[in-house]
Amino acid sequence: MTDSKYFTTTKKGEIFELKAELNSDKKEKKKEAVKKVIASMTVGKDVSALFPDVVNCMQTDNLELKKLVYLYLMNYAKSQPDMAIMAVNTFVKDCEDPNPLIRALAVRTMGCIRVDKITEYLCEPLRKCLKDEDPYVRKTAAVCVAKLHDINAQLVEDQGFLDTLKDLISDSNPMVVANAVAALSEIAESHPNSNLMDLNPQTINKLLTALNECTEWGQIFILDCLANYTPRDDRESQSICERVTPRLSHANSAVVLSAVKVLMKFMEMLPKDLDYYGTLLKKLAPPLVTLLSAEPELQYVALRNINLIVQRRPEILKHEMKVFFVKYNDPIYVKLEKLDIMIRLASQANIAQVLAELKEYATEVDVDFVRKAVRAIGRCAIKVEQSAERCVSTLLDLIQTKVNYVVQEAIVVIKDIFRKYPNKYESVIATLCENLDSLDEPEARAAMIWIVGEYAERIDNADELLESFLEGFHDESTQVQLQLLTAIVKLFLKKPTETQELVQQVLSLATQDSDNPDLRDRGYIYWRLLSTDPVAAKEVVLAEKPLISEETDLIEPTLLEELICHIGTLASVYHKPPSAFVEGSRGVQHKRLPGSTESGESESPDTTSAAAVSDAPPAVIPSQGDLLGDLLNLDLTPPTTTGPPPPASSGMQMGAMDLLGGGLDSLLGGDLGGSPAIGAGFGAPPAAMPASFSAPVSGGLDDLFDLGGGVGMPMGAYSAPKTVWLPAMKAKGLEISGTFARRSGVIQMEMTLTNKAMSVMTDFAIQFNRNSFGLAPAGPLQVLTPLNPNQSIEVTLPLNTVGPVMKMEPLNNLQVAVKNNIDVFYFSCQYPISMLFVEDGKMERQVFLATWKDIPNDNEAQFQIKDCHLSSDAASNKLQGSNIFTIAKRTVDGQDMLYQSMKLTNGIWVLAEMRVQAGNPVYTVSLKCRAAEVSQWVFQSYEAVLKN
Amino acid sequence: MIHSLFLINHLGDIFLEKHWKSVISRSVCDYFFEAREKAVDPENVPPVLQTPHHYLISIYRGKLFFLSVIQTEVPPLFVIEFLHRVADTFQDYFGECSESVITDNLVIVYELLEEMLDNGFPLATESNVLKEMIRPPNILRSVVNTLTGGSNVGETLPQGQLSNIPWRRAGVKYANNEAYFDVTEEIDAIVDKSGTTVSAEIQGVIEACVKLSGMPDLTMSFMNPRLLDDVSFHPCVRFRRWESERVLSFIPPDGNFTLMTYHISSQNLVAIPVYVKQSINFFEAGSCGRLDITIGPKQTMGKTVEDLKVTIHMPKAVLNANLTATQGNYTYDCTTKMLVWDIGKLNPQKLPNLRGSLSMQTGVPNPEENPSLNIDLKIQQLAISGLKVSRLDMYGEKYKPFKGVKYVTKAGKFQVRT
Repeated sequence: MTDSKYFTTTKKGEIFELKAELNSDKKEKKKEAVKKVIASMTVGKDVSALFPDVVNCMQTDNLELKKLVYLYLMNYAKSQPDMAIMAVNTFVKDCEDPNPLIRALAVRTMGCIRVDKITEYLCEPLRKCLKDEDPYVRKTAAVCVAKLHDINAQLVEDQGFLDTLKDLISDSNPMVVANAVAALSEIAESHPNSNLMDLNPQTINKLLTALNECTEWGQIFILDCLANYTPRDDRESQSICERVTPRLSHANSAVVLSAVKVLMKFMEMLPKDLDYYGTLLKKLAPPLVTLLSAEPELQYVALRNINLIVQRRPEILKHEMKVFFVKYNDPIYVKLEKLDIMIRLASQANIAQVLAELKEYATEVDVDFVRKAVRAIGRCAIKVEQSAERCVSTLLDLIQTKVNYVVQEAIVVIKDIFRKYPNKYESVIATLCENLDSLDEPEARAAMIWIVGEYAERIDNADELLESFLEGFHDESTQVQLQLLTAIVKLFLKKPTETQELVQQVLSLATQDSDNPDLRDRGYIYWRLLSTDPVAAKEVVLAEKPLISEETDLIEPTLLEELICHIGTLASVYHKPPSAFVEGSRGVQHKRLPGSTESGESESPDTTSAAAVSDAPPAVIPSQGDLLGDLLNLDLTPPTTTGPPPPASSGMQMGAMDLLGGGLDSLLGGDLGGSPAIGAGFGAPPAAMPASFSAPVSGGLDDLFDLGGGVGMPMGAYSAPKTVWLPAMKAKGLEISGTFARRSGVIQMEMTLTNKAMSVMTDFAIQFNRNSFGLAPAGPLQVLTPLNPNQSIEVTLPLNTVGPVMKMEPLNNLQVAVKNNIDVFYFSCQYPISMLFVEDGKMERQVFLATWKDIPNDNEAQFQIKDCHLSSDAASNKLQGSNIFTIAKRTVDGQDMLYQSMKLTNGIWVLAEMRVQAGNPVYTVSLKCRAAEVSQWVFQSYEAVLKN
Repeated sequence: MIHSLFLINHLGDIFLEKHWKSVISRSVCDYFFEAREKAVDPENVPPVLQTPHHYLISIYRGKLFFLSVIQTEVPPLFVIEFLHRVADTFQDYFGECSESVITDNLVIVYELLEEMLDNGFPLATESNVLKEMIRPPNILRSVVNTLTGGSNVGETLPQGQLSNIPWRRAGVKYANNEAYFDVTEEIDAIVDKSGTTVSAEIQGVIEACVKLSGMPDLTMSFMNPRLLDDVSFHPCVRFRRWESERVLSFIPPDGNFTLMTYHISSQNLVAIPVYVKQSINFFEAGSCGRLDITIGPKQTMGKTVEDLKVTIHMPKAVLNANLTATQGNYTYDCTTKMLVWDIGKLNPQKLPNLRGSLSMQTGVPNPEENPSLNIDLKIQQLAISGLKVSRLDMYGEKYKPFKGVKYVTKAGKFQVRT
């Protein structure tokens, strides 16, 4: 006796036969017929023609038959709206039935009939059912409101059902509460501004009570609803967390994850030093680990969410690395996600284990997985510096396997390793070059070309290698073409003599034979650069690249915050904000994490909740502001020295005038010696390198910020233009000019080394003699490439103040020894003492007063600064840029008295009083310091800062 | 909420569709079929798929895809949990969850789906409640129904839905009152080629079969509850009691249910019952390979290891295997490349060994990957974590029930790398 018998009638008149049976007098036959109809319906056959006959069977006492007819009605009412009206009466009658099961069934089915004409007849029965004495009917009716809203939202609002629904949140039965919440959340999704879920401490309390007693599904709805609430303070936040934590032990993983969401969000508000905060962190790990022992589909969703959680709070799972180890029979989508999290959790403590695992994975069968594993090794190298060496050797081992896709992936990641640790692992280049022929994927080819171009000077046959790529230039993908173009230009700049032809070839391929605008543009830019000013070309093309950061794929913090608020949702699976992809998201709310209140600056609950509810994306705007602020700060720290503009050489102008004409071709053509333009092309750079030639772009930026400086922004520390420290004639052709600067709290020695000799200079090193403030180089002198004749290079040497101390005469004298392959040279220079003023040199007013009195008057020194036309505010702004802080200002008789303090790196405080008389260009500065001998140099700094 | 459900067999035929809101054309499944094609193995189909207008969330159970369609933001875990619950319910009602059994009981299936979800909201998912409303098919009932014209739809209101204990129906009566608990522990472990444990954890589950009259209130306590720090409970368990006293106090659902699952991850608590000595080598010359595997007992707590089985997924190049087993027998399926060695009981005196040669495809480079060994085993009367139930008490009812606890340890995802 199975239902498959209902499918046995396959004769022609099937519908006809059924019709006859439906109209039969025998109850049993009728029921069988309805069953047959339903069976056909479930497999997608069209039995809508039987509508009137089936509806006729509705008036019955038999519950099963009634249910079956209801099933049919729900499916076909839409296609037969006129007929469906026939059913209305029965529904209205059934809503009055003494049996609550029938009442509930009727109200349920009613809502599923998606016919406008019918809906208005249903309002009265629904209203009754919402107030039914039986909770089973009420809870069914609650869902019905959501259904009706989907069909006719206006009707629901006009009839006041939404208010009734809100009242149900306070129902005595937890199941009714849960369904009311679920219905309201669904309605709210289409009405983001309606403020339907008016969450206040009272409703929250009711929800929390219902949470314990309702079904698992109800718990999910309630938890998701709780997550939208913003607690008033950390106490409320903690008490909600306490009541939610038991849900972490629920067998239903969706409940667990929703609870995790609530906890992750409310935890933000708890002070970190609270014991409970630590307890909570500990409680979060086990349930997350348990999710990973569930079915693979659940694991996948859990892993996507764990990925977010690990980024936000890595401490939760830092000891659980092993649960993310991949089993070979995990589905591929689980494997890939686990791998991702393994890298996020990788640290110095567990890196050996992780690497061993990754190496194991790299020999698996699944190509996608192996690729990702190889990439992961590279990411480990970048993330955990101590492991870099081991990672590189592992990658080399993998390259030796000669498995095509492994080699390609390895090369791609080795490129990244080179960018993170320049000049460290170049010994492997030879091995990489051996595998050049096997590369067939664009990314790997591009990576290899980048490596060859970047290290052209160390690869003897770089030109041959690049030339081999050039043969099929037009068949390469854009990525490879662009990379090849850049690499050959790099090669040309490094080995200009042998690669003329090559560069000309690639430029013409890129500019004349290509349809790709990106490629053409880049080609023209290089061409123009090379023809006008090869030095500038060098600066641009061979510029020092910023090191790549540890994790390039971290989710941007504001997005991460938003996603944390959406844990467990589709957004968390796709790692995209809901607004980015949810269909018909009519203004999805941007959620954000509540701020911690421990700072005492808690926002009032009104504003926060308003912000959370409002349509505008509150999370984005403030952060943009922050970003902008950061940017300004960041860019302001470098000094705004605009050195003399680069002198335009005549050759440059010539090249510019006839840029694309024949002159260029002849310039790049074979006869190097003849053409006058060559001077510009390859000849000597302007003898005295301008001090701030380094970045024309940032120069412009600095100008911009100079303007901004007037708006009360502190300006960068002043640094003097470069002066020649070591003339070439004293140092066998090496000329060093330089200056000192303090940038972002680091003292820097900025030097230009120029080779005016006939031979190449290499092997530079620098050393300081003992000096008054213990200045010493913080790292080696970074002159990596040999310095060719007539070439100059900009070097920035960071300094620290932990070197040996010896008092010098004068105090700020520094004796320097520079070595190169030719000889050792000595020179001495004087640094402005303002370099030593530290960032935290602002003294408290009281302390200042006390200290001022405390220092004997003998130590006071008075100086005058003449010809200064700044207002006192502008002056104090300017001084602040050099870490001279104005603590207080007093105006007496039109004379501004500024009280200032600064602190030297060795902890010596200098206090100052500066008097500025409006209209008088002479300032008077009185300095007081326990070590009186510095006063003179401080004064010099004052003068230098104020006059520049 | 959940919009529609499609059941799809392994051939890619949709054999059942159910819509809880408006009807969505089955052409939406084409996106799924595309992904299915790409994934090669059905296990590898991503569970969450995005299509231009819908989201498809699917699970793969018993060679069937349960594919749900959703239109709005819905927690995917909620959908996946629900789909598994649907599959569990079918299993519970029909004894298995397969295409043939579902088509045989289409009407019941349809009624069930209608009761489980209303407008996409879960309605009744507890097996007890469902069974009260829709009676499971059995031969006797269908005979009675045909004779009396009765139906398999209950006439009463499912009372359980309204009480505070929705999982238990009222008025349960048994002649023999009994409560059985099965403590099953599965060892998930990765052992590397040198025999060191890379990772090991225990997934434990306590399944209960409780047939007690009335409203019994049970309390289960353990000898060593400290072992359990990562647990998830059936909703019937009172969490506060567990937090404060470390006992399980609950009013059980009627019949079979999962009382709790637990997870023991700290490695020193996880004993590895067997060790494996293996060498699998492939030679360039002569295109052949050698295989030699020996298994011996390691930490078995004095119990016998049974149902021992080793499964190896060989590289593609292995054409055939010519081996001798000192115990049990082996099969090699040359299409799926699965070598299965069914050993049976492990005799510590005479260790089972499998050795011999593998014939390889000629002219193909040596396989890069090393096959992993998957171990299956079973140890009766032992929970490998050492977990022990100390006592089970019943309150609230007068009769004296019959109680029993059974332990078994199995290998879960237990793999040995080579």
